[in-house]
This record gives sequence, structure tokens and C-alpha cells, in this order.
Amino acid sequence: MIQIEGIGNQTGKKFWRSLNELAATPKFKEWLVQEFPEGATDLLDSGSRRRFMQLMAASMGLAGLTACRRPVEKILPHAKGVEGLVHGAPQHYATVMNVAGQAQALVVEAIDGRPVKIEGNRKHPLSNGAANAWAQASILNLYDPDRSQQVLEKGKVSSWEAFAAAAKGTFVGDGEGVRVLSGAVLSPTLGSLRTALLAKYPKAKWLEYEAVNEDAALAGSELAFGDRLRPQYNLLKADVVLSLDCDFLQLDNPGLHVIRDFAKRRKAVDVGVSADHAGGHAATGHQATEHKADEHKAEEHKAPAPPAAAAAHTPAAPVAATEAATVNRLYVIENNFTLTGAQADHRLRLRAADVQAFAADLAREVGALPQGLKILGQSDKLIAALAKDLLAHKGRSVVMAGPRQPAVVHALAAALNQTLGNLGETVTFTRAGRESSATAITELGKEIGAGQVKTLVVLGGNPVYNAPADLDFAAKFKSVATTIHLGSEVDETAVASTWHLPESHPLESWGDAASPDGAISLQQPLIEPIFKTKSAIEVLSLALGMSTSAYEQVKAQSKLDDAAWRQALHDGLIAGSQSATVKPALNAKAVEAALAAAPKPAAGIEVVFAPSASTFDGRYANNAWLQEAPEPMTKIVWDNPALVSPKTAKELKLEEGSVIVVERAGRKVEAPVLVQPGHADNSVTLTLGYGRTAVGRVGTGVGYNAYLLRTSDAMGFGTGVTITKSSRTYSLVTTQEHHDQAGRPVVREATLAKYKEEAQFASHEDAHIELFQLFDSYDYSKGNQWGMVVDLQSCIGCNACLVACQSENNIPVVGRDQVSKGREMHWIRLDRYFTGTEDDPEVVHQPMACQQCENAPCESVCPVAATVHSPEGLNDMAYNRCVGTRYCANNCPYKVRRFNYFNWHKDLEEVGKMVFNPDVTVRMRGVMEKCNYCVQRIQEVKIAHKVNGRKPIQDGDVLTACQQTCPAEAISFGNLNDPESAVSKLKKNNRNYTLLHELNVKPRTTYLAKVRNPNPELA
Amino acid sequence: MADLAFDPKAVEQLSPPLVTGKPSLHEVTEAVSIHTELETHRNWYIALAISGSVTLLLGSMLAYLISTGIGVWGNNNPVGWGWDITNFVFWIGIGHAGTLISAILFLFRQKWRTSINRFAEAMTLFAVACAGIYPLVHVGRPWRAYWLFPIPNADLAMWQNFRSPLLWDVFAVSTYATVSALFWYVGLIPDLAIIRDRATTKLRHTIYGIASLGWRGSATHWKNYEKAYMILAGLSTPLVLSVHTIVSFDFAVSIIPGWHTTIFPPYFVAGAIFSGFAMVITLMVIARWVFKVEHLVTMTHLENMNKVILATGTIVGYAYATEFFIAWYSGNEYERFTFINRAMGPYAWAYWSMVSCNVISPQFFWFKKLRTNIPFMFVLSIFVNIGMWFERFVIIATSLHRDFLPSSWGYFRPTIVDILTFFGTFGLFITLFVFFTRFLPIIAVSEVKGMMIQTEHEKHYLPATTAGSPESVKAH
Repeated sequence: MIQIEGIGNQTGKKFWRSLNELAATPKFKEWLVQEFPEGATDLLDSGSRRRFMQLMAASMGLAGLTACRRPVEKILPHAKGVEGLVHGAPQHYATVMNVAGQAQALVVEAIDGRPVKIEGNRKHPLSNGAANAWAQASILNLYDPDRSQQVLEKGKVSSWEAFAAAAKGTFVGDGEGVRVLSGAVLSPTLGSLRTALLAKYPKAKWLEYEAVNEDAALAGSELAFGDRLRPQYNLLKADVVLSLDCDFLQLDNPGLHVIRDFAKRRKAVDVGVSADHAGGHAATGHQATEHKADEHKAEEHKAPAPPAAAAAHTPAAPVAATEAATVNRLYVIENNFTLTGAQADHRLRLRAADVQAFAADLAREVGALPQGLKILGQSDKLIAALAKDLLAHKGRSVVMAGPRQPAVVHALAAALNQTLGNLGETVTFTRAGRESSATAITELGKEIGAGQVKTLVVLGGNPVYNAPADLDFAAKFKSVATTIHLGSEVDETAVASTWHLPESHPLESWGDAASPDGAISLQQPLIEPIFKTKSAIEVLSLALGMSTSAYEQVKAQSKLDDAAWRQALHDGLIAGSQSATVKPALNAKAVEAALAAAPKPAAGIEVVFAPSASTFDGRYANNAWLQEAPEPMTKIVWDNPALVSPKTAKELKLEEGSVIVVERAGRKVEAPVLVQPGHADNSVTLTLGYGRTAVGRVGTGVGYNAYLLRTSDAMGFGTGVTITKSSRTYSLVTTQEHHDQAGRPVVREATLAKYKEEAQFASHEDAHIELFQLFDSYDYSKGNQWGMVVDLQSCIGCNACLVACQSENNIPVVGRDQVSKGREMHWIRLDRYFTGTEDDPEVVHQPMACQQCENAPCESVCPVAATVHSPEGLNDMAYNRCVGTRYCANNCPYKVRRFNYFNWHKDLEEVGKMVFNPDVTVRMRGVMEKCNYCVQRIQEVKIAHKVNGRKPIQDGDVLTACQQTCPAEAISFGNLNDPESAVSKLKKNNRNYTLLHELNVKPRTTYLAKVRNPNPELA
Repeated sequence: MADLAFDPKAVEQLSPPLVTGKPSLHEVTEAVSIHTELETHRNWYIALAISGSVTLLLGSMLAYLISTGIGVWGNNNPVGWGWDITNFVFWIGIGHAGTLISAILFLFRQKWRTSINRFAEAMTLFAVACAGIYPLVHVGRPWRAYWLFPIPNADLAMWQNFRSPLLWDVFAVSTYATVSALFWYVGLIPDLAIIRDRATTKLRHTIYGIASLGWRGSATHWKNYEKAYMILAGLSTPLVLSVHTIVSFDFAVSIIPGWHTTIFPPYFVAGAIFSGFAMVITLMVIARWVFKVEHLVTMTHLENMNKVILATGTIVGYAYATEFFIAWYSGNEYERFTFINRAMGPYAWAYWSMVSCNVISPQFFWFKKLRTNIPFMFVLSIFVNIGMWFERFVIIATSLHRDFLPSSWGYFRPTIVDILTFFGTFGLFITLFVFFTRFLPIIAVSEVKGMMIQTEHEKHYLPATTAGSPESVKAH
């Protein structure tokens, strides 16, 4: 069509439009260029049509490309190569974090410089690879878009420079009127800075305040031993454990090793149990014992021997044969039904105020105190049996007192332990120089009231929110001329402060911390501060005008040479840094005198202030994972109901959801009621850490603030409470509405006596079925066949697995309203069942995730084959194939499938997306999801083994997220085709049973039944 | 008895006339066609405005659902299916009467079907249209709903799972919709030709001319037509049984107590016919009054349908009793619990609504007086449909909300979106009817005429030509 140039070459009839054209004169060509300047030469070019098509194709292609949805991302290369860095491959760093006021040694997984998962540090004797729910969830705080991001001066955005300039004027002279209020100082470097600060400003004062603290324990030891000592428990050696209102498995946990040691002794139940030949299983008594020994071997395999120095620390020491020989026995005296109470073989529910009397009576019975009048009449039988049991296990028992109990109960516990010969055996002491939190904050309040404080620096913590109510701290705080607050969120204290400084997350800053046993771990950052934040060490350095970096200070503090420093960083622990144990002498007279002097608790209703399993003292209020983690005993989410016993509820005509006014000493709070079976009568438990007014979008306005009732004389509990029922009601949201098993053998339990008599009692509860197999089953005898065993005997129901799973598998949070509609997304849930009477029930927790059925009912009903079986026995989910009919969920007998009813990630901000594990698909709305035994971890290990020469995968190479973090080591996972794997052996355990066995779905997860060890004398 | 055959009055008593008032054939044509030809009545616009608005409400609810997620409904974790599948089964069940009347009754030479079959078939189609919405939008990702069809597509790149009853459902319902539509259309052809022939405008002539596929009414046409109609009737007959059987497989093939039961196929089919006939009664009572065709759709038709309702309602009641007996007899504790929970649990109100509407209310039809009382049957037919809706709800919600593990038990509450969506499907149903009554003959004119001629013929000639035995009358 544009072949004008070819006139001369044309083969057909020649057409021409002008004479010039005909002649194809140079002049014509020139004119052509002038007339059609652009592309005119193309017209003269013989290849123009092809060129035209090329250009058109290219522009079409380009236009199409821009329509693709792949976003433009800028990639910045490392300016310097990082040794060993493989793009997309996880890297692990040991660090430490202040978790709910306690240092927890952690190993954090980072992918491409982005921390995504927190685990416990296997090399740390306290953690041994476990981390609790708070630690697991603190990764979410790092990426919280509501974190404090800027320096604020009186609420207005300012800068660090402006603050530094202002600070110069503040920290002058001898520090007159300067007070520093921090949380418990766990960091030795921060401790040195405190010393430096007080040296430079001698008239300044540094106070430590924790709302949930160890005041009572330290005061108790001062009473008993004349020294402020922290008890260290070794439950591995304890045959009999008595808890005096001490929830040592959850809220009052003195270190994760306590859970592990306790669970180990619980699991010793299998030792010496003979086989039941009538049963279908082939296990024999010999095998059971053998299994026990092998299990210990497996433990050792999982956790390499700790460093020599750490090995000296008792908890990590391997169990001697004699110690493992018996299952322990747990007595719990408490007001609220706690997770520890749920594990008890004998539990006495008692007002918190009456525990003191119980302890005194017991001390008299045991002989720790001279004989005297029994205070509590009604529990004579228990006390007599308990005393006998304790005395029969001298040196092999332990008495633990809880932090809400007054000092005198701790002193009585110390006296009991002394009399029972437990000191130096199951209980040792280390020195804790910490002063009383209550005294500190009270003194500070007094000083502010007297006008002696001109500058108040709050280094972390939130005293405006959580100081005792009688101090009127909020008003006093505002009266201080200059208040400087360092915190990770713009909380109640930040709002009231002159200066608010954003604090770095522990994963962003250098530091160190001492765990409860005194062992020092190094805190190394995994990421540059995301916002303009500084750590407490950096802020103090700034105030002191120091030029050394936090890194240098921490390194100097450690006093390690380069090699040792590197080793300590790698191990997450400075070898041999544990506190020395002290051997205190008991002053029995002082204990007696203190008991005599202790006020007798008034009758009537008491109020008990317990920390929250989710928000602790309020610090995790903006953590949505924790807010949505069901409270382990009540299964309530996003709230802190007031707990009362069924009897008290009846007396006061309360029902679930009635709103009550709890009044004490002229102060009152309103709270919705939850009737908690097993709670003590005449006692109401309020949970701290809710009712935040200034925090992020997650935590603001969730629950009521129990601190408004908590005065400095009643930090643990207080009597003289009146409860009035208001006309209002409130709807509490729970993830489990039914508390009993409806007569079904869901969780299976027996006493030790019954277990010894009928070893396979658990599988005997199965309905008897005879099935005719129509087709050949799939051959699962080759390769890796994954399976899991969950030991109900050691599971304490603490939610660590739930949060670990949430973090590992990118599980969304749905919020209170959606949970109330039954749309929570947790892949693993902890079913809690009550048995027995309403007043004195027993509780068993059952972790419930996808059971990976071999005859999976979900697979056959999916029309698009989005859930299919893998040759390794996994029930796989192909998310991108799922259309969301929900048929699979309907047909799941365990109801463990979770459907994305909405796009739960819709409102997620960029920083919030950083928390996602890149190895796991983030599911869109409309698709089904569920547990898949952490298939990404299985694949990672398989790939690694393939790369490294096709070695077979060893037992313990693949750990699921729930298994890895479980402090009680209740979850075993591995290859069923490997007869040596822990899981294969546990499948042969007498207590092993298949849930809903009669449905013939052949689940790969099975359970080990629970066995309690009640005192035969109390039968 | 023998003399009865000779007495026209006695014959009439035994087999009442299916057309009353003895209209001429032309009058029948008039009565049926006139409403498509007159100037559009104001009331028609009002009806369209109301039903159209409700349809728009359905549209907006579906748009909201698809843009936001299934969470706008009340479905939750134990109860993955709520009103969506309840309404799907409900509408599919309604559709059953149409095929039954048009196919099975045709094959059994039940002449009384002629006056109502067009209407009932239309109802089938419209009900299936309403039902068809749910499986498509109830999935989490409706834009991928086409993956349920075995059509080649690059996204899925594999076959569907042929073990899934949901896939069988796709085939069953789409086959049913296709065959019903064809059957309906084939039956319409001679009547469309009538309207074409009566057309006064070019446009009408053209449109109805195309739709009637060149029907001239020649003997060959009739021969082919009758054959095609018979074949389609033959094809539809198994579908009457298969569709609801397969719908019931969605439940019966699962392992959930309350679902996992072999009685479901016959029980569902009986229930579907039960609800379908009730819906025909509801609509017919209105339509014969509005379009003044009481002489074509007579009390005999209504009474016959009421008898079917009585029969199927009793079957349904028997099925309920059997379920309970088997739950007890099986000794399966989960099964027992499910049924005790149905009758006494948190959904007892739904269960007892179902029982009173489905089991108790049709028993009134044992009485001829009630069976032939138009206001009574109208109210009762609505009760039956409420009851049948509850039946599906009870089966779905009560079985799912408490299954094996008490820890996962929950409760389903519908949201306003659930309610408005369901309400909206009625809008669609009525709108389609409003269009149907305006543009198509609501009664099969040619069939009624044929039936009239045949009946006349029988009356005049049969007694004389046969030996006079009543058996031979029947045999004819």
C-alpha cells in the first residue's frame, strides 16, 4: 500500500501521481522528507511494512506488559556481600527479650534481613527451644503500625535532636529532683548505666516498678532468711509438688524449664505399667519401659548437651533413672482455676486470702511451725494426707508460693521446704537485689506530692496506667515539671508526658538480659530500627552524653574477648554467667512472729488481681495475636471478665454476661461476669491488663481496667469487697461454648491405679468396629510417612503452640465480632473439657489441629480436588485451586478447617505485612485453610537433605512450629516408617488412642491419654 | 356399577370435568391468548415494579456478597452451609412439581395435567433459575465457580474430582435445567404459533413467528411434535427422581450424623414433590383468579394436586419417623444425639415448625371439604412451603452445628443479607412469572383443546361402541 518508492521496480502496471514521482527525482525525495518529516525515510525504505508490524507488535506487547499486575519493586543489592547469605534462605540468630518481665532466650529466624519467627533457644537451659505465647507473639509488636514512631513533645511531633538539646538543660548539676522510673532492670548494661548515672548525678534516684512483680517472694525470703532471695525450683527432682496459689505453669511461671521438668515427671507415668494383652496394641511392658529410655535419648538428640557451665545448672541435667521412675503428684491450693490447677491431682479451691491459713495449718502439721490451733477446720483431711505425703518425700518435694500471696505465705513455704529438707535439693536460692516495686512507686508518689521531683524519666513501663490506684499517680505525674517517657507505644504515660521517646523493639537494638537464674544472654538486633527509635541504653547514653554505641557498651559489659563474644552471640548465652546459689539459714522464729503479726483476712468477698494470659500487665494489649488467643481456662477472647464461682454467682444472682460493680475502699470498676466452674466461693478474680485508653487500634477499649481497684495494700488480692449487680448485660465472646464432652470419649483419662490395672484403657474406650475393605489401601510403607502424637498427660494448654502456629503459618486475626460468629482462624485450637462437678471440676486440654486422616472425608467431597493426599500422608491444601464450597469443612469430623469469610488482610499496612512468613502462602478470601504439619518446614528439610547428598531425614530434623515451641514437650512429630522415631514409639504407647476411631478416617495424629496420680489416702 | 358407565352424570361424578362451562375451542384460545394481546394493564406494571425492585434487591445483595465475601452471611465454622444451601435445595424442590406434572403425569396419561402443566413447568424453570444462583455465589471465590464445570481451562489444568457429590450436583442440576427448558419450549411451539397467527402487528408476528419455528399445524408437524414431546417426557422422567436424589447425596454421602443416612434420596424426592405441588397451588389459586381461567383450571385440578400433597406429606412424615427410629435403633451415639438435639436442642423451634407444617397440616386434606376450599388450600400450601424450607434448614443447620466434638459446637444465625437475598430470589421468581404471564400463554392451549375433543369423543362414542363395561372406559 505504501510502495511508492518502488515505482521503478514494480512488476505490474505503473501508476504515478505526478511527473516528479514518475521520475523519482532526488527533488521529489527531498520534498517527501519535508512533507512527511517523521518516518518519511521509512516510506523510502523497502523494509518498512515489516518494520511497521514490528513496531506495532512491540507497542502491543509493551501495552500488555504494563497491564500486568506485577508491581514495580526496587531491588537494592548489598553494597558488601554478606557471608553465607542466600537470598530467601532463613537465617537464625540467638537473642534475648524481656518477655512479660522475664528474660527469655530466643532464636529468631530472619529471611532476607526480616525477622519473621521467634523460637526458644535450644542452647539455653531455661528455654531448651521452647518459647511461650508472649515471646512468640512479640514479633507482631515489631511490625505494629501503631508503634510509637516519632519523638513527641507535649503530643506534637518533634525530633531526637530537639530532645537532645532539651535534655542538656535537664540533666545538670547534682541531679537534684531527677527521678528515673524503669521496669525491672534485667540488663547488666543498663545496670551499669544506672550506676554511671547515679555517680554523675548523686542526688538523682532510680526506681524500679513492675505492676506484676516478685515483691512478695523477695519479702518472704527476707522474712525467712533475712536476705532478698529468689527461689529456683528443680521440679525434675520433685515427687510431690504443692502450689500455694502459684500458677507456675502459666501466669506465675518462673522460667520455662519448670514446665518442662514438671511435664517430664508427669510423663513418667508409663514407667512400670504392664501391658494389657487383651488390647489390640502390641505394646508390652518391656516396650513401654524401653520407650521411656528411648524417649530420653530422643530428647538428647533434639537438644544438644548444653555448655559445660550450663550443665551444672540443675534443670538441664538429664534425668537420673531413679528420678524418672515415678510420676509426680501435684497439689494445688488456689482461688481461680488456673492451668496449674488443671494439672492438679488434688486441688483445693480456697479464697486467696485463706491460703495463708492453709499454709500455716500445713506448716504446723508438717512440723515446720510449733503446734497450734488449726485455723481452717474444713480441710483437715487434705492437710493430714498432704503432710504425710510431703513428709514421705523429704528432699523430694517442693512447696511453691504464688506472687499474689503475701510475704508471710512465701516465708511459710520457705519454712516448709526447710523442714522437708528440700532446700538445696528441689529449691535453691539466688540473690536478687531488687527492691520492692510497691514501695518504689509509693515513695515516688509521695515525693512527687511533696514537690521534690522536677524531672521524671520513665524508661519503659506505663505507670500512669498501672500504678496502684490509691497513689492517684496520673494526676501526680502531670504535676511534675518535666516528664520524659520512653516507650514502644504512645500509651497513657506517653500522652501525659512532656517528652515521649519511641523505644526500639528488642529485635532492633543491642542489649543484654539476665534470665531468672541469672544467666546473661546477649540481645542482638536482626533489623535496623524500622522507625526513628532508640533503646533504653541509647537514650541513657544520650542523657549521659556518652559517645559509645550500645553495641560497644554491651560488648564491654560482657567482658568477653572477641572469640568468646562471638561464641556467646552464637549461643545466645554467656557461659557460666548463672548466679551463684546461696545457702540461707531459716529464721523460724521470725516466720512464726510474722505469721502472728499478719492480719487475719476478713470474711466475705475478696477480689484477686491476676495478670492476663494475653496482655500480661497490659503491655501486650495491642498485640492482636494475643488478644485473639483464647484465655486458656475460660476460652474468652478480647475481654477480661470477672470470674466468680457458680455458688457465688447463684448467691448474687449473677449469670454469664451480667455486669457487676466491684467496689472496694471507695473505688469501683464495672465488669462482666463469667461463671467459672472450680473457682473459689466468695472470691472474684479480675484480670489486669485491659481497659487501655491510649494504645493502638487493637487494644484501645478492650475490656475494663482492673488497676482502678488495685491499691498498694492489695496488689495481689484484697478483702472487704462488695459486689452489686447492675441492670446491664454484656456479651462475652468465647471460642468454645460447650464445656463437657457430652458423654463422648474425646479426652480420655484414668487414675494411675486404673492405668496400672488396665494399661490400654484409652483404646478400650473405642467403639468396636469391624470393617470390610473394598479396595486396596494406598501403600504407605515407603518413604517418609508423617505422623504426630500429642500427649494429653503433659499438655498444659498454654497457647504457646497456637501463637507459634499463627506466626509460622500467617494466620490472620479476625477480631472480636467475627470470633463471636465462629470465624476464628486458628489452625490449632486447645479444646478444654471439664469433668466432674460444677464446683470441683477437673480440666483436660486437648490440642486439636488437622489430624491428616488417611481416609480423609474432606478430600472426597471437594469438587475441584483442592485438598488431596500426598504420598507422605499429608492432607494437602492447594489454596489456588480452592473455590471455597466449604463442603470439606462441613464433612470434617474434627472441625479443624478454617474458611476465609472475608479478606482478613484488607486493612493491613505495609509494615504489618512484614510479619508474614514468605515460605507460606497468604490466603485470600474465599479459600479454605488448615494445618498441614508445617509442610513448608518438611519441604525445607527435604530440599536441604537432597542438596546435601540425599541423606535420609533423621528424627528431629523436621520440627513443626507447635512442637518446637511446646514448653511441656507434649507434641511429637516424625516419620512413622522409622521404627526408631519418637513418634513411632509413642504410637505403641499403652495410652495411645485415636480420636473418633470408629469413623475409620485413620488420622495420623493420635493422642496419649491423661493419667492422674491422686493420693490413695484421699480417694 | 355397569349402568354408571351409561349415565353421563355418573361419569361426571366419577371423573369430574376438567373444563367447565363447555367453552368452544375458540373461547379457550381467546381465554388463554387474550392477556398477551391486550394493552398492557396498569396492574401489570405495578406488579413488575414491585417484583422488579425486589429482584434489584437480590442483585445488590449478590453484588455486596461477591465484592465482600461470604462473611456477609451468617455462615460460620461448624455451620459452613447456612441459608445458601437451604435455599438452593428449597428452590430445587419447588421446581420438582413442574417436571412431575409435565413428564410423569403425561406418560401416565393423566389428562388433568393439561391445564396446569405450562404453568407448573414455567414455575420449574424459574425456581431452578433461583436455585441456580446459590451454588454459584455460595462459593468463596465465585469468579472461579466455572471450575466446577469440566470445561477445559488453563487455570485449573486438571479434571474435577468426580468423587464429590457437589460435582454430581452440577451435572444433575444443569441437565435438569436444560431438559426442563427444552421440554417447556417444545410444548410452547403450537401455542406460540397461535399467538403468531392472531398477531395484529408486524413486530408481534415476527417475534412469535421466529419463536414458533415455522409451525403450521400440519399433520406431519403434529406427528413429529408428539414424538418429540414423548421423548422429552421420557428423558425428564428419570430426572424427576435423579435431581433430588443427587441433591440429597450432598448430605447422604458425607459422614456427618444427621446427613449420613440412606433414606435421603426417596425422602428428598417426596419432599420436593410435596413442596412443588404446594407452590403450584399457591400460584395457581392466584393466577386462575387474576386471568379468569377458573373454567380451565378447575376445582378438580386443585383437588388432585391436594391429594398429591397429602400423599407426599405423609411420606415425608413417615421419613421423619424413620430417621428417629434408625437413630435410636442404630445405637450410634452421635446419630442419637443429633436427633434428640434436633427435637430438643437450640433449633427445636425450627424442628417443630417443620413438623407442624409438613406432617400435621397436610392431614387436613383427608377431608374433601377442606381439600376443595380455595382459601384453606391457599393458606395450607403456604404452610407446606414454610415447612419444607424449615426441613432443609433443620437438616443443614442442626446437623452441622453440633457434630462430633463438643468443643467445636456453635450456632448459626442468619444476617440481614441472608434474609434479603432469600427475599430477593422471590422477587426474581415473581418477576419471571410476571413476564411469563404477559408474553406467553399460561395454559397449554393445544393440549387443553386436544383433551376437550378427546373427552367429548369418549362421552359420545365410547358407550355405544364398547360392550358397556366401565373397565373398557378406563382402558381407553
